[in-house]
Amino acid sequence: MIKTLTTLGLVAVAAALAACGEAPQEMGGVRSDAAPYTGVGKSQYQQPGWTAGDKSSWEQQLKSRAQYGMNDYTRVSTQ
Amino acid sequence: MARMKFICDAERCIECNGCVTACKNEHEVPWGVNRRRVVTLNDGVPGEKSISVACMHCSDAPCMAVCPVNCFYRTDEGVVLHDKDVCIGCGYCSYACPFGAPQFPSQGTFGVRGKMDKCTFCAGGPEQHGSQAEFEKYGRNRLAEGKLPACAEQCSTKALLAGDGNVVADIFRSRVLRRGKGAEVWGWGTAYGSAQGGTKS
Repeated sequence: MIKTLTTLGLVAVAAALAACGEAPQEMGGVRSDAAPYTGVGKSQYQQPGWTAGDKSSWEQQLKSRAQYGMNDYTRVSTQ
Repeated sequence: MARMKFICDAERCIECNGCVTACKNEHEVPWGVNRRRVVTLNDGVPGEKSISVACMHCSDAPCMAVCPVNCFYRTDEGVVLHDKDVCIGCGYCSYACPFGAPQFPSQGTFGVRGKMDKCTFCAGGPEQHGSQAEFEKYGRNRLAEGKLPACAEQCSTKALLAGDGNVVADIFRSRVLRRGKGAEVWGWGTAYGSAQGGTKS
């Protein structure tokens, strides 16, 4: 009887402690990155003409910049 | 906003390597690492074509799929970036990338491979935007400054286009219609999928 109880006790203890020594296996992954429209803070490189933190303002800034800087047909006569 | 895309107009690229130089200068990329380079097909033969190639920030990026430490992530703007604190420099991404974008500095003993470096679409990395730590690891964060990638903005012939996919596609489309040729955009199908396929954008 005592032997059976001891065995059962050891099994219970082993089962209870089974996960205690398990190191986490998941990968660290990547850290979160702030959205670009939040800007770079107070910086001399910050382009004027848009409001940091305003997503639509940032999107419009990039669109107008692309049209002005890359679409030469809108800047010269195409005739 | 659509996703950020690169397009290189092979009818306009004159192989000046200005984009390569601008990239290296803007991000202070170390010697031996080229985030962008110009590839010329049929070099020296009449009708040769050149295209500027870097990370195409694929819609379904193979580098992300094979990375064993999951150091890559994609921003809401579709820019594929990576965390150099997680990268172990194994080089799997280099084998997976169809554009040869991942670069590895070899400044250590016996050319030991360091952390992977690649084009960030001038969007920095996971460090604080505009911080010195971000600049030293990933270069300038021009997107957060309200600018577009330096390589495209300085292109003298406007061959290299970068920005919102809808905007650059419209610019390229209008060019093709006006000149009546050069509709093929090399690398587009590989990086972004076919529009006819319907599954990728």
